[in-house]
Amino acid sequence: MSKASLERYLAQHPFFHGLRPKDIEWLASLAQPLSYEVGDYLYREGDASTDFYLIQEGLVRLEIHTPGRGDLTIQTLGPGEVLGWSVMIPETRKTFDARIFQATRLLAFDAETVRRRSEEDHHFGYELCKRFSRVIGERLQATRLRLLDLYGQPH
Amino acid sequence: MVNLTSPIPRPDPMLPRPFRVTRAIRETADVVTLELEAPAGPPLRFSPGQFTMLYVFGVGEVPISISGDASKPERLVQTIRKVGRVTEALCKLRKGDAVGVRGPFGSSWPLEQAKGGDVVLVAGGIGLPPLRPAIYHILRHRKDYGRVYLLYGARTPADLLFSEELKRWQHTLSHAPGASPVLVTVDRAEGGWDGAVGVVTGLIPSLHLDPTRTTAMMVGPEVMMRFTLAELRKRGLPEAKLYLSMERNMKCALGFCGHCQLGPHFICKDGPVLAFPQVRDWMTRKEV
Repeated sequence: MSKASLERYLAQHPFFHGLRPKDIEWLASLAQPLSYEVGDYLYREGDASTDFYLIQEGLVRLEIHTPGRGDLTIQTLGPGEVLGWSVMIPETRKTFDARIFQATRLLAFDAETVRRRSEEDHHFGYELCKRFSRVIGERLQATRLRLLDLYGQPH
Repeated sequence: MVNLTSPIPRPDPMLPRPFRVTRAIRETADVVTLELEAPAGPPLRFSPGQFTMLYVFGVGEVPISISGDASKPERLVQTIRKVGRVTEALCKLRKGDAVGVRGPFGSSWPLEQAKGGDVVLVAGGIGLPPLRPAIYHILRHRKDYGRVYLLYGARTPADLLFSEELKRWQHTLSHAPGASPVLVTVDRAEGGWDGAVGVVTGLIPSLHLDPTRTTAMMVGPEVMMRFTLAELRKRGLPEAKLYLSMERNMKCALGFCGHCQLGPHFICKDGPVLAFPQVRDWMTRKEV
């Protein structure tokens, strides 16, 4: 992807949409395109949160290993979704494994660099925090819906 | 407002017609599909989205959506989940057993109005059977529709209905080679499940939609439908193009008894398929 098309992709992506052109340009320069094969781990439980990711293609499973039950899938994330919302909090560690379930292409953004720019430019940092808050809210809402067990037998 | 009244005439609506079970298919641990035939009289013609009242003699009567193909009315197909005394009795019926049928009743999916545009079908749990007749209709008239998506959420992989058909629809509903029109997700997965895990609304952002020419039809628990409606509105679909199938305590199926009243609507008569603007102000009211 050329620099111009990457900037266009980021500017149109719902997560980054509305950021200033200079922020988009900066994020495009930071983005690292990565590819993973089925079965690869993007990260494992306990790893430092070093990046956040924008999935372009493929499917990633968030899993946790439970003795006697194996790897339990918490959620799957696909194209267009953001993975790694905890990067805005320094020194966090991953609470789940992220395993590639379908060959995946994604963009990785270095967390420390993003946090540093956020400290230097609070407008950028606030805009990013708003976007991560939306992601966190959506994940919380989805989790609550699943807790309701809506498809279970009525009592 | 779109007219959702079915064109099929309804003879003597309070009199159950005797039907025979010709086949009972166990779909999951608590869901059975019955194929029924009338030994006498005309076939039961229906429009996709309608329901019948099924009567187990000596036990009781319940409303059940028709899950079969409207172009094959000689075989009435109904899918039942065991949730109470009557549905448990229905799930125990075997080939040759008798069952009483009243109907068909209610409104139908806006398949004519959706022609020429894209369609999003969203089913949660036992919500897939009421949408299946619409899927059959779309497949039979595939060229009349643009992109068609079926989003289906279930509790676990073991609760998925019509698994073989889901695989076939992945190809037959497709608008282009390589497209994936059928997206399935489960709330909980263990073992060999090779699909998505999460809520059905989580599938909506990945759809390629032109909101100005898309019609959405959905069935499932009301909470699921409320969140689905919100997500589709976020994508820019106009409220008038959002349709849902409601379920209430249908008893007479004719709008007489009032058991299924939701505000100004009788779900049995004005529904079960309703346009979102009809129920927008009633869906979140308690005790109605």
